[in-house]
Amino acid sequence: MRSARFRRTRRAGAITLVSALTLTALAACGTSSSDDGGGSEGGSGSSDPAAPLDPKTKVTITIDCMPPAAKAAELKEWKEDVKEFNKTYPNVTIEGRSTPGQCLEPPRFTAMLKAKSQPDVFYTYFTDLPQVLDNDGAEDITAYVNDRTVPALKDIDPNVLGSLKHENRLYGLPTSNYTMGLLINRKLFEEAGLDPDAPPRTWEEVRTAAKKIAGLGDGIAGFGEYSAGNTGGWHFTAQMYSLGGQVVDASGKKAAFNDELGKQVAENLHAMRWEDQSMGKTQLLKWGDLQKQIATDKLGMFLAAPDDITYMVQQLGADYENFGMGPIPGEKNTLAGGNNYVIKKGISADKIKAGIAWLNFQNLTVGKGQFDWARKKTDKLPVGLPQPNFWLNESKKKDDAARIEHATMPVENFKTFMDNPVPGMAEPPKAQEVYKVLDNVMSGILTNEDADIDKLLSTAEQQVDQVLATQ
Amino acid sequence: MSAPSLTPSKAARSRHDRPPVDGPPPPGGSFTRSLKRNLTAHGFLIGAVLCFAIFSWYPMVREFFLAFQKTDQGEVSWVGLDNLETVFNDPAFWQAWRNTLLFTVLALVFGFAVPFVVALVINELRHGKGYLRLLVYLPVMLPPVAAVLLFKYLYDPGYGLLNEVFGAVGLPEQQWLQDPDLSMLSVVIASTWMNMGGAALIYLAALQGIPGELYEAAELDGAGLLRKVWHVTIPQTRLILSLMLLMQVIATMQVFVEPFLLTGGAGPEGSTTTVVYLIYQYAFNFNNYGAAAALGLLLLVLLAGFSAAYVKLSRAEDE
Repeated sequence: MRSARFRRTRRAGAITLVSALTLTALAACGTSSSDDGGGSEGGSGSSDPAAPLDPKTKVTITIDCMPPAAKAAELKEWKEDVKEFNKTYPNVTIEGRSTPGQCLEPPRFTAMLKAKSQPDVFYTYFTDLPQVLDNDGAEDITAYVNDRTVPALKDIDPNVLGSLKHENRLYGLPTSNYTMGLLINRKLFEEAGLDPDAPPRTWEEVRTAAKKIAGLGDGIAGFGEYSAGNTGGWHFTAQMYSLGGQVVDASGKKAAFNDELGKQVAENLHAMRWEDQSMGKTQLLKWGDLQKQIATDKLGMFLAAPDDITYMVQQLGADYENFGMGPIPGEKNTLAGGNNYVIKKGISADKIKAGIAWLNFQNLTVGKGQFDWARKKTDKLPVGLPQPNFWLNESKKKDDAARIEHATMPVENFKTFMDNPVPGMAEPPKAQEVYKVLDNVMSGILTNEDADIDKLLSTAEQQVDQVLATQ
Repeated sequence: MSAPSLTPSKAARSRHDRPPVDGPPPPGGSFTRSLKRNLTAHGFLIGAVLCFAIFSWYPMVREFFLAFQKTDQGEVSWVGLDNLETVFNDPAFWQAWRNTLLFTVLALVFGFAVPFVVALVINELRHGKGYLRLLVYLPVMLPPVAAVLLFKYLYDPGYGLLNEVFGAVGLPEQQWLQDPDLSMLSVVIASTWMNMGGAALIYLAALQGIPGELYEAAELDGAGLLRKVWHVTIPQTRLILSLMLLMQVIATMQVFVEPFLLTGGAGPEGSTTTVVYLIYQYAFNFNNYGAAAALGLLLLVLLAGFSAAYVKLSRAEDE
């Protein structure tokens, strides 16, 4: 009897243990997302968007892209910012979430939106807005953003703010912006007998300089381009813009690159790759590959945004002094983009106000948060890069002066880029799908000496028309 | 006339269906009794069943719904066959199928034949069998990403080892991954090296199960090596070969990692775009889960046919 009872007890124990472990495992598998709707822990605040955040209302907000532990200096500054922010808003708790490596990876971001597991305040690229809205993931913050909540609002470049609007409603606040330029390796320029303070300004000059740099031998390429992972199409678009062209027409329904300008872009690249042999043998490159090449003195030039330099210095161990920048060759237009924060749809009005207060403090106040250049210098972080720079008027003067005063790198290396601003153009509709098609044009040009450029462009045109027809 | 003996499974079943002889049956219906009797087993099973249900079966069911739905501004609506139409109208659709079939065919030529030949060679050796078995199986133990990146370095036209070797023996250098005509073959070679260890061991086990008398008889009849392989080895391992063939087809039709890492997915002029890479693009780059699910459904239908054939063959082997 006793043994039977013992067996039953043991069996029940085993089942309990297994069930508990299972439930624990399943709980661990689940993603926690912040509560929707609620979240104010005391008081009820005011639901009037124009009213300021009630100091009696306790609020906790989650925010992503907090610097990971590997970025010790940035993390220290984030914590300092939270402390400083809490002096004004002691009722707001900031819960930062960090991701090792790249903060926003498109595949992971897409999955996060689908699962609705984004934090209360989440980081996006300008081009992500349609996708976020499709997934019903963004709160309309038009009524919450005004001169009181964001005092520098009038000094933010309207083109930048325009990237965050849909049907005239505002859905995000910017943290940074970029326009593409020509990034050069100064050391290789000097070795090739070129002037690093005068980067090429036309595509003909790029071709000439690339040939000289490739002439150094030792596997060095003069000019580099992407042709994989949709980044080839992205850069083909930038080159079209640089010559005053488009990849999609004004109606957004038709491809617009199968013309003389498209042919010019393609033929120039083909000639550099095959006639001049100045683009290296290794192709099918995507974001990250060209950065490694230029950081290790194996590449002379490529189209990039200034923040690529930060990546190369911090992640690849390169020196700021080794890089310079000029405007995009051609200089008719350049591809513009950037990053911003969006508020999750459905959170309480108090949380929205707290989120905007934090974004205003950390990202939109000259001399504070990300624009505290004096502190960045003390913490040995990069100061002096030409971007982010979405300020106008007094804010721009003030910020530019502080940037130069506390520069930790030779800002004159970017003088040509700064002195010759090129109008920025947004990416085309259905950008990623268009880029996927244009990747084939780029890979065709750069991997096939006998590439039929007319055929590549006309095939891509048909395919882009098909893509745009299904909007 | 003795009664036909029951198979173990039937015997076990009939034992469970009979009430225990040492007492009255417990209260409740037969289902309740069976449940109580197997309580421990159910307890241990529940974890696995829940995991399968949440992470495997539920997504499968969701995929069926997603394939006929569209999300716009947060509103989910039924769109009938629109997603399939989108997929069919994608310029990359037929190219992806062609590339996938090309990969499958090439992978069968190499990935199916090479392990069999390797197994034959190892089986014929008198010494070093264990060492060679380990050597052949080692690549399987490498993480796939590491193995693929290794090949990326080998293939590099600038500093790759393969072109160094070609140059040293006077052969022309090749644009392995960058020539639209060579890119898929290069992907297949990498894939074969990575995955052939498992297949080779299975073939080896099958070869060692062939009675030696058959080879002796063939030798007495004057058969050489090739005729022995053709008339003894292949017929004796026919079923294993068929099963492996189907498993290879099912696996290779889902190729993703190799092209994704070696050529960035699409490859030169889209020459390595596969169906699964296209599904990945739809879902994670274009945010079009409906199209991704629709294409996944098409692939499922095709692979279900192969799987049905596999199950049928497995049964034939059991019998």
